[in-house]
Order: sequence, then structure tokens, then C-alpha cells
Amino acid sequence: MNAVAAVLDAPPTDERRAWVQQVMGMPISVHVRGAGARGPEAAAAVGALMEDLRAADAMFSTYRAESEISRLQRGDLTLADADPLVREVHLLCGIARIRTDGWFDAWHAVPGRPGVFDPTGLVKTWAVTRAARHLRELPAEIGFAVGAGGDVLVRAGAGRAAWRIGVEDPRDRSRVLGSVPVADGGVATSGIAARGTHILDPRTGRGTSAVLSATVVGPSLLWADVFATAAVAQGRRAREWVQTLPGTSGLLVLADGAVHRWANEP
Amino acid sequence: MRRILIALGTTLTGLVLLFSWPTSLNRSVAATGTSGGTTTDDSTSSSDAGGTTDDSGASASGTTDSGTTDSSTADPGSTSASGTYDGTAVSTRYGDVQVRVTVVDGEVTSAEAISYPNRDRHDQQINAYAIPVLNAAAVEAQSADIDMVSGATVTSGAYVQSLQDALDQAGL
Repeated sequence: MNAVAAVLDAPPTDERRAWVQQVMGMPISVHVRGAGARGPEAAAAVGALMEDLRAADAMFSTYRAESEISRLQRGDLTLADADPLVREVHLLCGIARIRTDGWFDAWHAVPGRPGVFDPTGLVKTWAVTRAARHLRELPAEIGFAVGAGGDVLVRAGAGRAAWRIGVEDPRDRSRVLGSVPVADGGVATSGIAARGTHILDPRTGRGTSAVLSATVVGPSLLWADVFATAAVAQGRRAREWVQTLPGTSGLLVLADGAVHRWANEP
Repeated sequence: MRRILIALGTTLTGLVLLFSWPTSLNRSVAATGTSGGTTTDDSTSSSDAGGTTDDSGASASGTTDSGTTDSSTADPGSTSASGTYDGTAVSTRYGDVQVRVTVVDGEVTSAEAISYPNRDRHDQQINAYAIPVLNAAAVEAQSADIDMVSGATVTSGAYVQSLQDALDQAGL
């Protein structure tokens, strides 16, 4: 066994702490490791992260009648008068539609109501990425991993081994298909496993089923999430399309049982 | 026994190739693909994949040298191979990659990378693009050595039975 493996096999002597809170309708897990992980600074940063997510939920939830998004959808609010964060997300949704050739489309996300703006598919990872700024302010040696309903954002911490992220088997959620080491970036999985079909093909308005789940690994959690959603929406075309995403890797679990993997140079 | 070790060595080479050769992976593999005792067949398929690549960082000659295996805990007196086997560390453009395979009665039950590049800034960057490694057979979540889980949206109800919950509990 070489020296590198010996170091990796050493038992973790780390300070480490995990938090879980129910926010945005899902459990948010935050794991912090390294010297100071159990200290007050880390706890305050995690608290601020959760607070950010609650604020994002109040602004963007389509389940809350008074959220800015609900008011936009009803026509009670114009984009020009909306919060700057709503305009930022609106802009990102436009870019996402372009970057996915229309396969991620926040204007065709509500069944039977084409043209209604619903950024829900992007808001979660956008909010997590933004809220994680509180963790990024912690000393560089501290690493963190944030899990939000199956999407994961990590920073290893200076001089530390990558986090190991397991990829759930969509056909049997008690199992993992494998794992990926990620030092700095995001892992997003979209699919039809957890709640039945909930990703629509924007061109037909119907649910898709050829791709059971798509996992995308990349430097940005938000774009990994957008690409994973677009891959599921594309069904059979997804295999070719993922080859066009520079700087990403991942896997597709197809309905016929095949697993397709890719890794593209930046 | 010796044949099995050679077969394992070839499999390890294949696995190392799979891990270290991202652009060779643009194809589908069966979900439970590399399980079972037919380990030599698996390695041929991965070698074929290597041949389809033109601009990969890993050198083919470097990886084929790892056909000999450092077996660690195998019982030499046993007729059916069982134990864990660490492949020779293979140098790639990104650093050393080493794979450990667990064998029960001659069948590969799991494979994991026990060493992978993560030493400096450049390697950390590369790791952002590391491909998810498929275990030889999907392993029980509880036995997987992982920190977090990525999966399709976890609802509150499902969470309490999920692996993520177990990982969170362990760290609380």
C-alpha cells in the first residue's frame, strides 16, 4: 500500500458536526468538518444558512399565496417591481433555457399552463449555493457539505481529502450505485424515482420516463441541477446530449436498466 | 488460484482504466455490470473502450503494467478465492489511482477506489469532474463509505428511512 492510500485509510480524527433542519419542504443536512467544526462560528454560519433558505422559501414558494412568485403568476406584481433576487432568478432561468436548448424551461413547468413562470426547478440549488456563502466565510481549513433533498454542495477544506458522495440507485433507494469524490463543487440528481414522474417534456407537456435518474457532477451545483433536470426531460436523447456539457461528469440510469456514464474535459 | 489472481489483476487493470480514463466511458454499461465470476470478460470490455479514445491523459502502457496484483489478505490455502485485493497504484496524468476489490468465493462483490488524486489545487479542480465510480454490484447503502447521498428529491416522509438520515445521525 502506498503512502497516499495509507493517509486515506487513517481513521478520521476530525472534529465534525452535522445539522438537519426541515426547510423549503425538505430536510437540509449540513456537515462541517475540521478544527472549529463544533465551535460557535460554525454553528452561527449554519444558522445563517438556514435563515437564508427560509427567506428564499418565503419569496419563491408557489405554495404560499403571498410569495413574490405567486403574485407574479397572478399578475399582482410585475417583474420590474419584484425583488432583485427574483429578477436574478428570472435571468438565470432564461440562461438555463438557452444552455439546455429549451429542455429546462421555467415557462413550461406548470402542467397545462404554458407561459406561466415557475422557477421552482432552479430555486432550490440557487438558494443553497447562495446561502452557503456563510459557510465559505469560515476558515479555509474547514470543509462543509450541504445536502438539500438529494442535491449536494461541498467544499473539502484546504489540504483535505474530497468528500465522498454516494449516488442513490433510483430502483432501490436503500442502495447506492457508486460514489464520487468531490473536493469543490456540486452533485445533483434529478429523476422520477422519489415522487413519480414530475419532470415534464417542455415540448409535449407530458412526463418523461426513459431516464429514471440523471446525476451530474460539476463545479457549480446550480448548473449541475439544471443539466440533470434537462437530461431527464430529454429521455432517450439524453445520452448524446450530456456529452456536450463541458467540465461535467455523471451517470444516467435508463429505464431499460442500462447505466450510462460520462466525464467531459472542462 | 494463480489463474484467478491473474484474472483479478486484469480486472483491476480494467477498473483502473475505467476510473482513470474518463473519455473512454461514453457508453452504457449494464447496471449490475461487473459482478459475478466472469472477471476476465469484464476487463476485455474496458480495454476495448480504451482503444476508442484518442486524447486521454492516462498512458495505456502505464496501466497495462498493473496486471500483477498485490494480493493482501487472500488465504493461499483456499481453493475458492476470497478476500480483498489492492491493485497496483497506477500513475495517471492526475496522480495515482488505486483500486481495492473484494472477492467472495471467486466473485467480485465490490470494487472501490482507495486512492485517487486529491493532493493539490490542480488535482482538487480535476476532482470536481471525477466520474461517479460504479461499484461492481450496487452495495447496500449502510455499508458504503460515503459522506452524503445524491438522489432524486427526498421527501420528508422518505427521509427518515434514508441513508442520508443515517449519515446525519452519525454526525450529530
